[in-house]
Parts: sequence; structure tokens; C-alpha cells
Amino acid sequence: MTRAATALAGASMPRSRLAPWLLLAPAIGVLAIFTGYPLVQSVPLSMKQTFGPGATTWVGLENFAAALGDPIFHKAVINTVLFMIGSVCTQIPAALGLALLLNHPSIRGRAVLRLLFFSPQLVGLVFVAVLTRIAFEKSTGIVNTGLHAVLPMWSLEFPWLEKHVLATLVLASFWMWTGFHMVFFLAALQNVPKELHEAASIDGAGPVRRFWVVTMPAILPIASFVTMLSVLGSLQLFELPYVVFAGGGPENRGLTIVTYLYQTGFESGDLGYSSAIGWLLAIMLLFCSIIMLLAGRARHA
Amino acid sequence: MNPNARPFSIWTVAAYALLLPLAVLTLIPFVWLACAALKAPEDFFSSMFLPTGEGFLGIAWSKLTLVNFRTVLFDAGMARAMVNSMLIASLTSILATLASAMAGYTLACHKFRGKRAVEIIVLGGLLVPAPLIIAPGYQWLYTLGLLDTWTGLILPAIAPAFGILLFRQASLRSIPPEVLEAARIDGAGEGAMFFTVALPMLRPMIGAFMMITFLATWNNFITPQIVLQSDDKFPLSVLIAQLADVYRQDYGVIMAGTLFSIFPVMILFLALQREFISGLTMGAVKG
Repeated sequence: MTRAATALAGASMPRSRLAPWLLLAPAIGVLAIFTGYPLVQSVPLSMKQTFGPGATTWVGLENFAAALGDPIFHKAVINTVLFMIGSVCTQIPAALGLALLLNHPSIRGRAVLRLLFFSPQLVGLVFVAVLTRIAFEKSTGIVNTGLHAVLPMWSLEFPWLEKHVLATLVLASFWMWTGFHMVFFLAALQNVPKELHEAASIDGAGPVRRFWVVTMPAILPIASFVTMLSVLGSLQLFELPYVVFAGGGPENRGLTIVTYLYQTGFESGDLGYSSAIGWLLAIMLLFCSIIMLLAGRARHA
Repeated sequence: MNPNARPFSIWTVAAYALLLPLAVLTLIPFVWLACAALKAPEDFFSSMFLPTGEGFLGIAWSKLTLVNFRTVLFDAGMARAMVNSMLIASLTSILATLASAMAGYTLACHKFRGKRAVEIIVLGGLLVPAPLIIAPGYQWLYTLGLLDTWTGLILPAIAPAFGILLFRQASLRSIPPEVLEAARIDGAGEGAMFFTVALPMLRPMIGAFMMITFLATWNNFITPQIVLQSDDKFPLSVLIAQLADVYRQDYGVIMAGTLFSIFPVMILFLALQREFISGLTMGAVKG
């Protein structure tokens, strides 16, 4: 900024002291009333047992103790973590691979392909869930009939929705999210300066070496951002399994933390226990974020 | 990426050989959905896509039917839900964009006491995971008497912390302080300045953010599922989940309902995709 511009910026104090607050009021008011207040309330609520929104009894930390000893909650945590690992480990490398392919200079129709891979993202999770439920059915679903048509030894009776529930969920979210992550990688790749690649080529670096030395460091911030988004998002999975199985699925094989939170709060009517689960999830999310931030910092050092 | 690559090298062929099958796999669910919605119940399982027969391209065109669409629109209440989704998503996205733009612009272009505190509150809002406030939020809406109302559904959604921060970034980048100062010297009021000076300069962000919010609201399931109770207020997302149970065996109807729910928005977004995708990645790549 030039000196004149700085002086002007300094001079641009509004005449009215009220004006900024009036402009902020709708957003900050709503944020305080509908996020801030419930957030504060979630602490006492997690220490109560409730029967619907009206009737409550104080139980202290019992909800937390109960959740930590609750085998169904354990099942939900294990399922959710496995789903997260499965999703992140398939989607992120695939998204990066797709972005690298699309970014190849001789690829024609890049815009069309980018749009095509992105399009499943426009379909909401509920709608994906409804399709998943029909597509993965035994003997009639398109997944089994399609696989059987390509690989004749594939059994039409492969029990996706009965036994391989997490694999089903990982596949459905793979279809939905890979293109979304790809868009971020592609944007990052297009911001890598061409001169760096040219300089590395002149120094005799081949394509693989250039990827590790030039491309990776340049896209690392976006890669960590996308990974973080994916980890935190998959730990909060709800709609997909909830709609596919109308609940937790056979033997709760598709039960996730948020599905259990929903079931305890709105099907059993104990908003207190539901809040306690919410806090345990929040702690998990915070823990994962801190680990990833620290890992990012360690890599920088 | 590699400036020395010759076009149509072996790598190009390999890249296409990978990309095209993947593109086909990505599209298959859409094609399957569109075909399934056009099939009568007795033909549903007879073929993977369209029923085979004597017609053009080996397809029995005469077996295709629009009956599923009629059932879904008139018997299953989809027409109503479609209007509801339109209204809910439009209202939410317009109000959220306006409130976020006003707040973001103020944080970027005004100096006032307490600004830092407001910024910290907004950043804090970004960190609150949505599931944490599901139960207390429901109890709070119950206390306020806003359960089963659109107000209870829309109002809490009009101040997303990330929207405020996006507009703060956009204002810092695209509204020069000199322009605001000039408007002030001309005697413009602060409110008028937001609408006449700031909003036009934030146009690209407004378009992108409105689209992102519209789509997210259209596809949101958990909030309407918890807040709303009467059938006549449901958006498509909640109705389709119910249809999947009510018409459990009638796959064609479920498929027609899904097609009907996703295709209108998809076409809208594919038409405006440049703005949408760039808005999505704007904060992440340049911020």
C-alpha cells in the first residue's frame, strides 16, 4: 500500500459509531442466539436425563460414564473411525491422481471432465442414500448385476447391505466426494508456477522427481486442507447410513456416532445423553484437528 | 504441468485410457437412475438400463412409461415438497448471503471498538461442530415455540460463520478504502454505501456463496427432519427418505422421485458451474 493509501485508510473512520453495529447485528445476533446459546446450553444439558424437550432430571457426569461404557456407542465409534479411514485413504489419493491426469497439458476437454467428475457432489447425501439402497441390493441391484456381467465369477448374492455395510458406505461416498476433492487439487495444481518445473527439468529431474520436489511442496497446504475436511466430515457421517438402513443397519453394522446421537435424542427422547455423545464427538474432532495441525507443522520444520 | 511434453505421447494415451473409463463409471448411476424412472414395475429387473426389445437400438421404447412421475407428483405429494424446497432454499440463501455480506464487509472495511472480539466470536463459530448443537438447538427451538415452523428452520441458518469470513476476505480483496472514502466525502450514509458501493464490488462472491448455500439447503436432511413435523411443510430431502420406506417395493416411483429432486438443481448448477466451483475453491487456494 502506498503512503497516501495508508493515510486514507486511516482517515476512513465512519462518522457514525452505530453504523458498524447495525450492519453486524443480523449475522452476529443470529449466530449468538442460534449457535452461541445452544452451545452454552449443551453443557448443562449433557448432565441431564431428559424425556423429550420438556422433562429433565439432573444426573451429573453419569451420561458420559454411561456412554464410555455403552457397547452400542463403542460400536458406533469403531464404525465411524473405520469409515473415516476407508474414505480418506481412497478419496484423497484418487482425487490427487485424477487432478494430475486432468492437469496434463495434452488433455482436451478438461473443463467438461472436471464438471463430470464433480457432478455427483451436486446430489445430496439423502438422494445418494436412496440410490445406494437400491443399487447395492442382493441379486437385483445394479452393482452386483454389473460386476457379474464384467466378472462372471462375481456372485449376484454378494451381501453388500447385509454384511459389507462399511464397504458399501465407503463406495457410495467415494462416488460422491472424490470429484469434490479433485476440484481443490486441480485449483492448487494450476497455481504451481511453470518456471519451477522448467528449472527442475533443466536440472535433469524426471517427471517423478519433479512431482516430489516441485508439485508436492506447492500443493501441500491444499492437500492438508482437503484431508482435514475429509477427516472431520467423515467423522460426522449421518444421512447416508441413516437413510440406507432406516437406522443403524443389520446388527448396527452401519451405526455411526451421529446416527446414534440422533437415535438417542430423537427416537429414545433423551436429549441429555444425546448431548453427552455430541461432546464426546466434539472432543474427538478437536483431537483429530490438533494431531493434523501438529503433523503439518512437524513437516514444515 | 510439464511444458516439454509432446502432445499425443504414450502418456497422453495412458491418461485418456484411465480418464474415460472413470468418466463412464461416474456417469453410470445417473444413466441408471434416468432409465429406471422410466420403467414400469414389471420391467424393472428385466434389464440393467432400458428394457430390451425390437425397437430402435434394440430397446423396447414402447415399454417406457411416465406413470412413475405421475404417481410421485400427485399421489406422493412431491409437487408440494418441490415448492417447499424452492422456497426454503431461496429464502435461506438470499438471507444468509445478505447477512454474511453485511457482517463480512463491516469487519473488513470499518474500524470500531470491539471488532477484534466480534472476529474471535465468528472464528469460534466456525469451530463448533454441527452435531454438538443438534440436541440443545432442538430444545431451544422448542422453548421458543419455533418447532415445526419454517422460521425455526431458516432463521438459524442465515448467519453461517464461514460465510461471514468469506465475505470478510472478499471485501478486503476487492473493496479499496479510497472508494469508500470518496463516497463518504460525497455524503453517502453508511447503510446506503453498503448497498450502492460495497455490494456491486462483491458480485462474484455473492453469486458463488448464494449458489453454495442454495445447494446445501436443498440437500440438507437432518435439520428439516428434526425441526419439521407436518407433512405439508417437508422439503424434498425429508419426503424422499419417507418415500423410500412407503414405496419400498415400487422402485420406479422412488427413482422418479429422486430424479425429480436432483435434476432441476443439477441443471441449474451445471449451467452456472464456473462461478460455483471457483467460489468453492477461492478461499482455500488463495486465502
